[in-house]
Amino acid sequence: MPHSSKGISRLSTYLFLLAAIVFLQCGGTRKKPPAAVIQVKGSDTMVNLAQAWAEEYKRVEPAVEVEVSGGGSGVGIAALIKGTIDIANASREMKAEEAEQVRHNTGKEPVEYVAGYDALAVFVHKDNPLTEISAEELAGIFAEDGQITRWSQLGVVIPGARDDKIIRISRQSSSGTYEFFRKRILHDKDFKLGSCDMNGSKEVVELVAATRTAIGYSGMGYATAGVKMLSIAPRKGEQAVAPTVENTLNKTYILARSLQMYTLGKPQGAAAKYLAWMLSDAGQKLVEQSGYVPIPPERRSRL
Amino acid sequence: MNKPLDFHQRMRLPKRPLWAVFGEKALEALIRLCGVSAIIFVLAIFFFIFREALPVLFSGRFNILEFLFGVKWYPTSAVNVRYGTWALTVGSASVTLLAMVIAVPFGLGAAIYISEFCAPKIKEPLKIVIELLAAIPSVVWGFIGLTVMSKLIVAVTGAPLGVNLLNGGVILALMSVPIIVSIGEDALKAVPDSYREAALALGTTKWQLVYRVLVPAAKNGLLAAVLLGVGRAVGETMAVLMATGHAVQIPHSLVDPIRTLTANIAAELGEAPAGSDHYRVLFLTGVLLFCITFAVNMTADFVIRGVRRK
Repeated sequence: MPHSSKGISRLSTYLFLLAAIVFLQCGGTRKKPPAAVIQVKGSDTMVNLAQAWAEEYKRVEPAVEVEVSGGGSGVGIAALIKGTIDIANASREMKAEEAEQVRHNTGKEPVEYVAGYDALAVFVHKDNPLTEISAEELAGIFAEDGQITRWSQLGVVIPGARDDKIIRISRQSSSGTYEFFRKRILHDKDFKLGSCDMNGSKEVVELVAATRTAIGYSGMGYATAGVKMLSIAPRKGEQAVAPTVENTLNKTYILARSLQMYTLGKPQGAAAKYLAWMLSDAGQKLVEQSGYVPIPPERRSRL
Repeated sequence: MNKPLDFHQRMRLPKRPLWAVFGEKALEALIRLCGVSAIIFVLAIFFFIFREALPVLFSGRFNILEFLFGVKWYPTSAVNVRYGTWALTVGSASVTLLAMVIAVPFGLGAAIYISEFCAPKIKEPLKIVIELLAAIPSVVWGFIGLTVMSKLIVAVTGAPLGVNLLNGGVILALMSVPIIVSIGEDALKAVPDSYREAALALGTTKWQLVYRVLVPAAKNGLLAAVLLGVGRAVGETMAVLMATGHAVQIPHSLVDPIRTLTANIAAELGEAPAGSDHYRVLFLTGVLLFCITFAVNMTADFVIRGVRRK
């Protein structure tokens, strides 16, 4: 047994290295590299659905790896323009300038596939006595020149709230949800500044559930027990339409929209199979489970 | 005095091997390169962001005054694109100011406590725990602000919204305190013991020793500590993105949501198509941030130099 300190430290170094090598060897079975990797990016509204699709597809085709990330419809389309992803998810339609940029940068034509439908719901806190609202009043709350800033102007008294000011919860400007709401309710006018611009659909609902005097908009599938969805009437006094599956499909609900997937040209190989699977009955079942409206059976792909 | 050696005598002296001589020169050059590289990197970064931002600066549709002092930020508007960062600048400034108002007394107080009043046995563990605070990633701080701190603020102040200026300020203060404590404590440790002995010999109490002798003596270091804390607060992105409510407005009370310049860039750069006006204006915001940090550091430098001269 060496008693010099140098001897002991050298022995312990060798023991440590040995332990490290042994540790590294027992890392379980070595994974094979995947046969194909499909990059999916874009809409935050669709990110949970995209994740569910990716996980389910791993069971169908274990050799194919699908990587999903969110960031907003704008982020997905920007990545498609750069050519770094295979499928871009978007909860809004691609603009003409964006399609032009795709053609210009990648030389390929963007192809659109409708993957499902979604209703955008207007959420308020569950203790808020309001049950319906008109599109004009929504514009009055959210638009830049809107005059409605207090709940009393809508004739609403929020129980347990000290301050009457309406707290607007919105999305960041990269969001397809943001652009869709702006197009349908504000008719392309700008939002009033001072709203809390959240990163994702879930955060909007969570913040509304935590704030008594808040009003926000998000995907119908994100509703929780802490919030209430309002029925929307086109004009004050008209029939208010609730955000439900039937009202989305028959287009009576004013904030119904389609969820799109865009690819660069017609997809090939693994991406084409994945796309076909998502549009088939198996994939559409997941759309329903996520709280969205699946495409009608006659328009699905047969797999 | 010895005669200087001639060539042959010099050649006969024992010398260091050639590889050692060249090795040393090479190492010296490498270390010099590392030192100079810091300057090179800073200049390169400034050049890069300025190059990305420049084209929009000279385009006809952009007004620098509106950019700096306009309150309306509508980069993706369908009808009227406006780039006004004043509300964002005020947001950054207000959250940093609030964070410093909270962090400086706590930070300097903790530094003085650790340096002067603390029992030796708990000094090291205390320092380790405070440095642990610095090791927490900023996105975790943002998460704490979004979930824990917001509920606390709503419960304590009765505010309608939990994510606001106060939330961001408190989180930033918690992030800046470890820096202020570490560097402040080093500054106080650097004051020679002779100062303390002299003061105690003259009959001061411990507290008089601290605020009459030690703090003035360690002024430079304490100021540097505070300014590094300010630097951390101004540059912080993830924590304020999640904790401040991300609203473009000038705050009228402590519980109003705000947005900072850093969070604005982080949230919007991903979606701005490369080369577009929006993209370039965001880089210009980066230049603005660079200038603000530069100005803060320059002021700090002048103040410290002025303090040193006194």
